Amino acid sequence: MGHGAGGRAMAQLIDELFQRHLDNPLLRQHNDQALFTPPPGRLVISTDGHVITPLFFPGGDIGSLAVHGTINDVAMAGARPLYLAAGFVLEEGFPLADLDRLVASMAAASRSAGVPIVTGDTKVVERGKGDGCFITTTGLGVVPDGVAISGDQARPGDAVLVSGSLGDHGVAILSQREGLGFATEIRSDSAALHDLVAAMVAAVPGIHCLRDPTRGGLATTLNELARQSGVGMRLREAAIPIQPAVAAACELLGLDPLYVANEGKLVAICAADDADILLAAMRAHPLGAQAARIGEVVADPHRFVQMETRFGGQRIVDWLAGEPLPRIC
Amino acid sequence: MNGERIRVRGLVQGVGFRPTVWRLAQDLGLTGEVRNDGEGVLIRIWGPPPERDRFCAELLVQCPPLARIDALERQPCDEPPPAAGFRIVASVAGSVHTGIVPDAATCPACRRELFDPADRRYRYPFINCTHCGPRLSIVAAIPYDRANTSMAVFAMCAACQREYEDPGDRRFHAQPNACAICGPRVWISERGGQALDPAVLGAVDAIAAASHLLGQGAIVAIKGIGGFHLACDATDARAVAELRRRKARFAKPFALMARDLDVIRRFARLDAIEAEQLASVAAPILLLAADGAERVADEVAPGQTTIGFMLPYSPIHHLLLDAWERPLVMTSGNRSDEPQCTDNDEAAERLHGLADYWLWHDRAIVNRVDDSVVRILDGAPRLLRRARGYAPAPLNLPPGFAAGPPILAFGGELKNTICLLQDGQAVLSQHLGDLEDARTAREYERTIDLYLELFRHQPAWFALDHHPGYRSTLVGIERAARAEVPIRRIQHHHAHIAAVLADNGWPLAGGRVLGIALDGLGYGADGTLWGGELLLADYAGYERVGWLAPTPLPGGGKAILEPWRTAYAHLATHLGWERVRAAYPDLEVVQWLADRPLEILDRQMATGFNAPVTSACGRLFDAVAAVLGIGRGGIQYEGQAAIELEALACRAGDDDTSAYPFAWREAVEGAPSDTIELDPTPMWQALLADLAAGRSAPEVAVRFHRGLAEAVANGAARLAARHHCSTTALSGGVFQNRLLFEDLALRLRGLGLVVLAHRQVPTNDGGLSLGQAVVAAAQVIG
Ligand SMILES: [Fe+3]
Ligand SMILES: [Mg+2]
Ligand SMILES: [Zn+2]
Ligand SMILES: [Zn+2]
Repeated sequence: MGHGAGGRAMAQLIDELFQRHLDNPLLRQHNDQALFTPPPGRLVISTDGHVITPLFFPGGDIGSLAVHGTINDVAMAGARPLYLAAGFVLEEGFPLADLDRLVASMAAASRSAGVPIVTGDTKVVERGKGDGCFITTTGLGVVPDGVAISGDQARPGDAVLVSGSLGDHGVAILSQREGLGFATEIRSDSAALHDLVAAMVAAVPGIHCLRDPTRGGLATTLNELARQSGVGMRLREAAIPIQPAVAAACELLGLDPLYVANEGKLVAICAADDADILLAAMRAHPLGAQAARIGEVVADPHRFVQMETRFGGQRIVDWLAGEPLPRIC
Repeated sequence: MNGERIRVRGLVQGVGFRPTVWRLAQDLGLTGEVRNDGEGVLIRIWGPPPERDRFCAELLVQCPPLARIDALERQPCDEPPPAAGFRIVASVAGSVHTGIVPDAATCPACRRELFDPADRRYRYPFINCTHCGPRLSIVAAIPYDRANTSMAVFAMCAACQREYEDPGDRRFHAQPNACAICGPRVWISERGGQALDPAVLGAVDAIAAASHLLGQGAIVAIKGIGGFHLACDATDARAVAELRRRKARFAKPFALMARDLDVIRRFARLDAIEAEQLASVAAPILLLAADGAERVADEVAPGQTTIGFMLPYSPIHHLLLDAWERPLVMTSGNRSDEPQCTDNDEAAERLHGLADYWLWHDRAIVNRVDDSVVRILDGAPRLLRRARGYAPAPLNLPPGFAAGPPILAFGGELKNTICLLQDGQAVLSQHLGDLEDARTAREYERTIDLYLELFRHQPAWFALDHHPGYRSTLVGIERAARAEVPIRRIQHHHAHIAAVLADNGWPLAGGRVLGIALDGLGYGADGTLWGGELLLADYAGYERVGWLAPTPLPGGGKAILEPWRTAYAHLATHLGWERVRAAYPDLEVVQWLADRPLEILDRQMATGFNAPVTSACGRLFDAVAAVLGIGRGGIQYEGQAAIELEALACRAGDDDTSAYPFAWREAVEGAPSDTIELDPTPMWQALLADLAAGRSAPEVAVRFHRGLAEAVANGAARLAARHHCSTTALSGGVFQNRLLFEDLALRLRGLGLVVLAHRQVPTNDGGLSLGQAVVAAAQVIG
């Protein structure tokens, strides 16, 4: 792949590649923007830059991840995602065949989610100034009336639910990247969650908080929610779903699965009285089949997220400050 | 001129000091007055000079047991003498700086009354006086008045009130003064919570009932001074094993309590210093050699050659143990890894299923205060856990620190304490524990607030560790932002060395020493984890001049919990795993390791993925222990592998004096030119050769200890000569190891070096906050 003046032909080539895979009426307008009439209601918009090594991993690649990640960020407001925009930064020399694979994967993800990519841009940077391929996606969605989901809505007494097993994505990535050979067993959970969210909102319109525990894992997400809402949380270690293969890999590597990234899971916080209904709705959906109630929101001026261990201890599940380093002296 | 003003400084308030002054003045026929004020106690006396001299001399001798006179300054006074008599002047509210003294073991006078059927407090389990009783554990605010303690809810009866107001009485202004009519009470209940009538068991009262039930093999939860204990007969193997099972604490030793020194002597060796420590007003747990004629159940201290004993320190314990010829297990009332319970409701919930019976009382424990732990090392008593009986007595700082600003130091992550520095003194909190636990973390913040109030401290600086993940550091940063207080970050091992300097009165201007920090892990200035460091240091700064060769920890924190990982990392890094395998294919440990997923560890070590590099000495101990089969697959408590390795070495005979060789390398690549690095390669070669030759594990363990002591001593001597200093300062958790500590100290002295080591402050992270505070002070003073 060329860069600069000599890359003009290449830009043409890339453009055609996108058109071929992502073809839809808005993209076909060939403008620098997509023009449409928004449906009535409140709009949400979210953007995310996707950077990942390796670009291809068991259960997905950076293309599908860029689609799922932004759809999920939009969906966590309880919204129905409408459109996506995508920006690519490619490193000079990035194989065209790989790009073809990525864009095809994006197209498939977008099609199966029913959320078209309607505008985009590509830049090629000099060799050594990028890491193969970065993708930024922006998503637009509409929030149904009566839904007011936000990270500051958790109240003491609320139930804390997760939609399925934790750590699958992060361990799949690590396994691939570090050449650790659990690759065959563990696949990324990368998935678009808006359909699950729609089912959940239909069952319990008054859900308080939704968030996808991506980077930093469940621990970081719950700490963010606790801080935003000014509350504490109490989890039960035994109730947190973790696949045996993921648990074993974490055990081996010395990782805490609560800090490992997920790309197809969500955390939901709702009134305790709604918890059973919400849990049932989640479990009725294929992406929530392993959903579980893992703890509760409590009043706590310290805003601790704490976890009852299997021995009955109360361990703080802290924010992660940079790299995890042992604290034992 | 026949009058003078006498200023007394030290721990002189709330300890019966003024009545002592009053009595002495009366005896000598002196007139005048005594009062508490912001600087301590002020006495004004009139009388002939010889009597006044005698008065001052006697005051030092008759100083009440809980008082500590730091200074007594005499000045002539021109004022005319008062008409007659000697009086105690009431304190002016707000002007008094009482501070808080530590909780103290029941005094001999109270003990006599407790067992005297004619006394009005016969068998009253809360008897106390100005010479003994609870202090820190019951106080919520200053001034230290009854209204600010958990005694506030008990209104004194007329008899108690009379004692309280009578300057001639031992209970004059004894804030927790009480009796059976007006004070707290005890009761006993069964598993389900229903009260138990002692008479049903033929017992005179609840405590006698508890004593009886313990004799039948029951596990009883007992509310004491600073928290709940779980107790059982220490010689009843079944009861002790059951207690371990219920607590889910399978390895960490249990502490014992015995009625008197004679009972202890039957189970442990006891010398004069140890006996004196046990019987002191602080009444700590003493770690003793477990080689008496009789033995407690093996489950009390598995894999150990020492056991921890204490004497009864509250009237409840005296009554409970009165009929006991055997020791009781007295372990903290908790499940494994938690702080002990202090609140009745909390105990009922958290100790559910742990105890068969509960001995309760209704005096609230305001502050959790754990039992202190002392070990005699290198001929002197050394505090390994500083809590009940010691905290929060201020430590006098060495010369040069009086000018420093008020500083609050936040301590480490585990075995946390906090430290306040002001007016040339350091107030170190009681051991607070491990901040990874949510309850402890909450108490931690409450304790910071309490100490700031109790000592009227307004910090000008916060001192924090460098570790980005320590809760103490996070709390400090947050509070600094809120209170707009500037921060100083102090390197972990510099703080350790500064702590031992302060502990030994080393002056601020005393110059540089060679610090030997042998520790678990601490965050290093280069972002790696340190813990085997030779630091050329003074209070204000340090230079890292020597260290143990860095070794990865594959799995990070997991490697600490599973020492086999560190063992493998050591063998792979310093010898090469393939060479080890080829040379010793039949060695048990080689075969054991070969069955582990080593390729994953190799990968982690190659890429650095969750394999932080460390120079920590504690991890070297882990590695050697794991190679010998100790704690290889997993440890149950911090430092277990190292502690059991020492115990193993103690089982070796004394006839063999071999020491494994280590090698000091000068100026390794990338390091400054006059630094040295300790290479364990020759040690590992000799150790594996010994194992292959069938040498016993105790012998290998002892040769390792000696080799390390010899190597560290030689490296220290080399650096001391190079940098022209003659004093070494030893700190870090590894110095809890008697064998290594004593051997190293002996060798250092043999090389002509002065050795400073901890006494009043723990060598482990319990002493860290003191070091942080004095480093920050030195840097600010400049
Ligand atoms: Fe330390
Ligand atoms: Mg985003
Ligand atoms: Zn007394
Ligand atoms: Zn009374």
